[in-house]
Amino acid sequence: MARYGMVIDTTKCVGCMDCVVACKTENDVPEGYNRDWIAYDARGTYPTLHMEIRSERCNHCDNPPCVYCCPCGASHVHDRGGVVLVHHEKCSGCKACIAACPYDARFIHPEGYADKCTFCIHRVEQGLPPACVAVCPTRCMSFGDLDDPASGVSRLLQARRNHPLTPEAGTKPQIFYLT
Amino acid sequence: MHELDLTRRNPLIDPSLQIWGWETSVYLFLGGIVAGMMIISGYFLFRGRYRETESTSTILPFLSLVLLSTGMLALFLDLEYKVHVWRMYATFQVTSPMSWGSWILILVYPALFLNMLVRQPHWIETRIPLFERWSALLHRHPVGMKTVGIVNMLLGGMLGIYTGVLLSAFGARPLWNSPVLGFLFLVSGLSSAAAFVHLFARNRWERELLAKSDNAFLTIELFVLALFVIGLITSTRAHQDAALLLLSGVYAPVFWVFVIGVGILVPLFLQTLAVTHRIAHSAIPPVLVIVGGLILRFVIVAAGQVSHWTRVAGLP
Repeated sequence: MARYGMVIDTTKCVGCMDCVVACKTENDVPEGYNRDWIAYDARGTYPTLHMEIRSERCNHCDNPPCVYCCPCGASHVHDRGGVVLVHHEKCSGCKACIAACPYDARFIHPEGYADKCTFCIHRVEQGLPPACVAVCPTRCMSFGDLDDPASGVSRLLQARRNHPLTPEAGTKPQIFYLT
Repeated sequence: MHELDLTRRNPLIDPSLQIWGWETSVYLFLGGIVAGMMIISGYFLFRGRYRETESTSTILPFLSLVLLSTGMLALFLDLEYKVHVWRMYATFQVTSPMSWGSWILILVYPALFLNMLVRQPHWIETRIPLFERWSALLHRHPVGMKTVGIVNMLLGGMLGIYTGVLLSAFGARPLWNSPVLGFLFLVSGLSSAAAFVHLFARNRWERELLAKSDNAFLTIELFVLALFVIGLITSTRAHQDAALLLLSGVYAPVFWVFVIGVGILVPLFLQTLAVTHRIAHSAIPPVLVIVGGLILRFVIVAAGQVSHWTRVAGLP
């Protein structure tokens, strides 16, 4: 069974926010809200400073606390690729899933339900990559099946040093950043 | 140096979580106080206190129903998709503490209602004759009445613990992620309930019992709070930062002055003098305990949302 994930090359990402704009356009994300965003992560001591620029979104965790805590069964793991989704019509807007997410990747849509990145599952089911991946001008983002050793994402993870975000939270995130 | 800057500015999420406001704090407080009142009224019922004319048994279950309904209203107001509130009762999600809580609340109502039937407030008794018939039926089964008392105590315990477990289950918020929180909220609920009932108890035996129990609950609460902080301080860096929010961060003044000082130490001191007959019982200690219990919920709910695995705002 497929396990969808994303690999993002931080050495190629320039923080142009094309992925953000593509997501908002593709998914009709309301003004003032973001399903994906750019993180500028600076570390070190001057003059030895290092900045990582990352395109971030829901990590579609393999151990998703947002799904476990949902009292309505609205947050769920999709049959295809283990993608974490929300049944809008089942959501009561209790915000438990938002509190449960260590990445703060969810928000309340103005219509009242919890909303987040879907890995553009509607595109993926048609054989297309997520909108953010499709538009990236530096081709720093890759999407595919992490369970398939021959997939592009698996080969990148085998070849390059990488890290997920906040692994200590124990949620097994499925987005990896190449460094 | 570590500086993290996000382009995300989602309402209620950034710069730090503000998803749960006064509604959740009030609900957790009222849930806790009702849990304590169920345990107290269940105990009084078990002990046969309903036979005493001056006993608080007459009013406790009814008041619990009113307070619980007020808490449920606060919870409802907090929902962002209010017309979907029924969705919580269209399923039972075994891994969701909120789902457990929703169903526990459904069990609490009939248990409190049965408790109320044992000794109804006079104005209900005269207005609803049907309740009087049910009450008579209940009185024909003393074992049944004792069972209602035990069930009230058990459900009160579950409700009180649930109000803490609801928060402690969120591993993403280090301040809440403590196994002690359920017990802390239960004990705090018991102390607030004992104080609240003490405010209108007229029977001397009950007043003495409630004041002494309140002192015991406050002492236990102080120890549990210490355990809660020690548990965080001896855990990961994220948990240590979360504890600092209370100990020396932006929430420290409220935590030390209102939760520990005004809410526990001062009433404990005054009530100890009262139960040793050095000063007369007054409404001051119970009111302080109730205020402290309410502020505890506000502080924990607010500081917990600020606490984070990677970035904590409001630390010195």
